[in-house]
Amino acid sequence: MYYAIRNFIITMKEMAKGNRLYYTWIGFLSFFVLLGVSAYIQQLNRGLIVTAMRDQVSWGFYISNFTFLVGVAAAAVYLVVPAYVYNFKPIKEIVLFGELLAATAIMMCIMFIMVDLGRPERVWHLLPVVGRMNFPSSLLAWDVIVLNGYLAINLFISFYVLFKMAHDKEYNMQIIKPMIIISIPWAISIHTVTAFLYNGMPSRPFWNAAVLAPRFIASALCSGPALMLIIFQLIRRIARIDFEDRAIFKIAEMIAYAMGFNLFLFAAEFFKEFYSGSIHLAPMKYLYFGLHGHHNLVPWAWTALIFNVTAFILFLLPRTREHPFSLNLACVLVISGVYIEKGMGLVIPGFVPGTLGEIYEYTPTMQEKIISIGIWAAGALIYTLLLKFALPIHTGRLRFVSKEKDRPVS
Amino acid sequence: MKKGQREKQCSRRAFLQGAAIGLASIAVPVGSSDASIWEAFFQKHFREMNANEKKEVIERLEEEYARKFNVKFNIKTTQAVPGTLFGYGLDLSRCIGCRRCVYACVRENNQSRDPQIHWITVLRFESGEKFVHDLEEADKYYNPEKVPEEGHFYMPVQCQQCENPPCVKACPTQATWKEPDGIVVIDYNWCIGCRYCMAACPYGARRFNWGEPRIARSELNTETHYLGNRPRYKGIVEKCTFCIQRTRGNPGRYPACVEICPVGARKFGNLLDPESEIRYIIENKRVFRLKEDINTSPKFFYFFAT
Repeated sequence: MYYAIRNFIITMKEMAKGNRLYYTWIGFLSFFVLLGVSAYIQQLNRGLIVTAMRDQVSWGFYISNFTFLVGVAAAAVYLVVPAYVYNFKPIKEIVLFGELLAATAIMMCIMFIMVDLGRPERVWHLLPVVGRMNFPSSLLAWDVIVLNGYLAINLFISFYVLFKMAHDKEYNMQIIKPMIIISIPWAISIHTVTAFLYNGMPSRPFWNAAVLAPRFIASALCSGPALMLIIFQLIRRIARIDFEDRAIFKIAEMIAYAMGFNLFLFAAEFFKEFYSGSIHLAPMKYLYFGLHGHHNLVPWAWTALIFNVTAFILFLLPRTREHPFSLNLACVLVISGVYIEKGMGLVIPGFVPGTLGEIYEYTPTMQEKIISIGIWAAGALIYTLLLKFALPIHTGRLRFVSKEKDRPVS
Repeated sequence: MKKGQREKQCSRRAFLQGAAIGLASIAVPVGSSDASIWEAFFQKHFREMNANEKKEVIERLEEEYARKFNVKFNIKTTQAVPGTLFGYGLDLSRCIGCRRCVYACVRENNQSRDPQIHWITVLRFESGEKFVHDLEEADKYYNPEKVPEEGHFYMPVQCQQCENPPCVKACPTQATWKEPDGIVVIDYNWCIGCRYCMAACPYGARRFNWGEPRIARSELNTETHYLGNRPRYKGIVEKCTFCIQRTRGNPGRYPACVEICPVGARKFGNLLDPESEIRYIIENKRVFRLKEDINTSPKFFYFFAT
């Protein structure tokens, strides 16, 4: 116990210490977190009326961000499979940071759900035993289970590995292996369940397409790894950790395949809707061409498509994939493309036109944007703090004390 | 200490005080600092309460409402009458689109006046336009001098009380369910406000309290049912309950919309009673239900009597 407390203090100290850049970054993020908190307090007092959501479009920007972030979280599997299953060394070096990112993304997902609830203080009603979880009927109940389970798995794996590293010990493959094997289908499950959450409603033809879950997975395997690539390069530069370029190129190559698959599924959906031309075409028509003179989303939808196609080409060609500029450009394009496509581009057309044919054009209010930025800042803050002690443990600079080895820390 | 410094300190203290009060106001709703907020917080799901617990909750709620609105409320918990399954008929050939039903419903069921909540939506169609499937052509916000208008027809929509309700399936907390008499109800004290049911409803029947519901005291209906028209809260979902506070009883009363309709387009009755008017309509008139392809099996029957 004594050592646990001392090691905890060591970790805390590590997080509190830093250079000027570190403090500036923490201060910068904290500012937006506080701004978000104050906006959220106002939302609590006045109700969700401060958002642009209404009965016609009852989910908006919060749920869009949530959906995108589930994809980011699921993408850790793209590192886990080559690292542990195929034992691809270069990626194994960095898989830990992917798992921490996944855990952070899930925490952000939970925050986005919380701010979307009308009565957040009653959230315990959806827990099993204490509340009255509608399991297995409600897909939202499933989502609560898979998201929290995924958070637990990722935190366990990464903290266990870090703990062992900090004690200069090899981690026990017998403990970690079953967790890793579970984590692979589990990562797929979080995105499948989230897709099914939309998919299972015949009231919303835009979501009621069987291709939705596969498309969720395909696009998640683009945006998540792309975000990781950018973060890994930053880590490499700022923390001076060395990992091979090969890892980055491998991930980039895999993004290309995922994006190719995503675009194919998109084409399949696009063809089916437009060629058959049934009444269920309306939402997709709204998204890509506008409906009855309403076309708020049209420029966004085409931007996303152009970004995705461009990024696909950049990731596919070895020359552009391995050039730092075009690689990072492609990453940014994929992240923004999927953010639009799996965010507002997915959620809003589900509600437009409404079930009684009404067209309500939704644009998030300033309040919604500030709260969402606050959550993104909170996510970045959590990830930064996690890395602040994970990185030195990884490089071997930071070590824990134990009975056998009571040595001071640098 | 320099003067400037002290000023700075004072302002910091003032700021901290302000922040503390601000934080306290989120933790404890202002003006109800007694034990009842904890009782409210830990209130059980309606269907898990025994008779005694229900009584206590009703007493607490009546007290809360009395404090909030300064009026004495009566909250019933009448159970479904055995052998009843409520059904509704709406005669499209009669409806003149006057919206009297909409406002009678608002008064009877204590819907918020600001922001405005209506449980009934009346759609206006142009004659000669395609019908039902092309709901996009419908106008919800028509506002003429006089109804009915030449060249138009009307179709009111409200909760269809599906036998196979997608909203109940969706709700993650079982805060909404179908009662034995077929009415889909909501426990307003259990709903977490996630609005999944609103996405799932194919009829746009569910309403959310985006802001604090407001009703003038003189316009309150104090005869209420726990699962029906008692005043609602900010951040929860509500919808038509076939006027559960009226229709459950022996003899029951008609829903407010049926009572007010000036042309007798609205019919209501027990589907299990072969002698009822609603059964006569289903058996003898040209009847259809909305969006039958979704297989929700509504107990709301549109028909053409003439």
